[in-house]
Amino acid sequence: MYTGKVMEHFTNPRNVGEIENADGVGEVGNMKCGDIMRIYIKVNDQDVIEDVKFRTFGCGAAIATSSVVTEMVKGKNLDEALEITNKKVAEELGGLPENKMHCSNLAADALHKAIEDLKSKRNQK
Amino acid sequence: MKKTYLDHGATTQVNPDVLEVMLPFLGEFYGNPSSIHSFGRETKKALEEAREKVAAGIGAEPREIVFTSGGTESDNIAIRGVARALQKKGNHLITSAVEHHAVLDACLALKKEGYELTVLPVDEYGMVSAKDVEAAITDKTILISIMMANNEVGTVMPVAEIGKLARERGITFHTDAVQAIGLLPLDVNDLSCDLLSLSAHKFYGPKGVGILYVRKGAKLDVFNFGGAQERRMRPGTENVPGIIGMAKAVEVVVADREKRAARISSLRDKLIQGLLKIEDTKLNGHPEQRLPGNVNVSVKYVEGESMILSLDLKGIAASSGSACTSGSLDPSHVLIAMGLDHQLAHGSLRMTLGTDNTEEEIDYVLEVMPEIVARLRSMSSVYTGSKKE
Repeated sequence: MYTGKVMEHFTNPRNVGEIENADGVGEVGNMKCGDIMRIYIKVNDQDVIEDVKFRTFGCGAAIATSSVVTEMVKGKNLDEALEITNKKVAEELGGLPENKMHCSNLAADALHKAIEDLKSKRNQK
Repeated sequence: MKKTYLDHGATTQVNPDVLEVMLPFLGEFYGNPSSIHSFGRETKKALEEAREKVAAGIGAEPREIVFTSGGTESDNIAIRGVARALQKKGNHLITSAVEHHAVLDACLALKKEGYELTVLPVDEYGMVSAKDVEAAITDKTILISIMMANNEVGTVMPVAEIGKLARERGITFHTDAVQAIGLLPLDVNDLSCDLLSLSAHKFYGPKGVGILYVRKGAKLDVFNFGGAQERRMRPGTENVPGIIGMAKAVEVVVADREKRAARISSLRDKLIQGLLKIEDTKLNGHPEQRLPGNVNVSVKYVEGESMILSLDLKGIAASSGSACTSGSLDPSHVLIAMGLDHQLAHGSLRMTLGTDNTEEEIDYVLEVMPEIVARLRSMSSVYTGSKKE
């Protein structure tokens, strides 16, 4: 039911972990649905995402989308990062089963939340 | 890679002896049992012999056996049939929150049609209480349907006691025994049931064929119309090869039940004990009143489907009650009815053992599981670290 690329990311997920003193942290999902994704970002002074990590509780699709979104966003600036959508994440994985498109395909949302978090922290300064 | 099958609750491998008796009926003996010529007479004779074998296996009379397409159809014919046939007598049905969807959804559909429905709760082990059944009975109660053993958590229900309660009050009692045959003692008279559902592929028979036991005198309306097969309760040309195979499967599993159940139970206990050594795990279902082959544990901080995928990569077949594997957005209704929180319900892992499993396979599972859990926890957004660190 999953593509080879989904299974590859599930088996060898990229950028697992946390970033201490991250510039932005975004969390989406809830335990009722069974998926909770958290993404940490670190940007340099040119607003380029230098480091990104994730932690995810969830199914194969949740883990693979989290992993691939970190790969897609690394080295991108914030504007480019905001152009990444859940749909693009799924495409990058060669597609997801239909029933996973809405419940487990939230990694881009987590990324966007991390960017929002970063911006709101800046506004407070 | 060596493959380890621990999903016998989903389906089982056809027993070689079962396959052997089926083959002639997929070849040489193809007559329609309803035909009066020699081709028909040959298969008719085999069909009736199969009926006798099945009946003998569950303590019934041959004429009380209705061949169906499987457990789901048996449950539907029974529940809808009784509700309709007895609607002049009453309109109240009793079932439990942990029934298979074939029973639960059939009852809920009847509720929509205007029947009164009591869905009994279960305790933390998934057990239905006979006292609760008794308390729910009204003078309008026409049907009680409680499963013999739960398919997800393996809890064995007090069906003989419930059957007795129903019998004393003249209420029709149906039990879904799909998971029980060949593992628990099963005699329709000991259970005092009027209707009982079975499915061949759960006990080393072929898919697409099942049994509805209908006690002599039980009243059922029918919903499908056609020929006179199966006393009109299940019209349509019989699945002859399937039925022949199923009868053989009944014979096989009933004959060596005790020995097999004891062997499977000891593997089950070893697997349970090993899995519970992993930190933050919990057994789901009753510790003693449990199907011999059922293991169900919740692993905190990880989600079920990711465990199933990880096990599959190691050649191990298991299942889960997580939303991702239940085919809906909600986790298992059984685990939620038992009071598990969503994390533990999503983190459930079911391994169901069968005749073919070995101790080496259990050792292998116990060898790979700690690594799988540790890896998934290291990725988990809700894992807070080992207490031992």
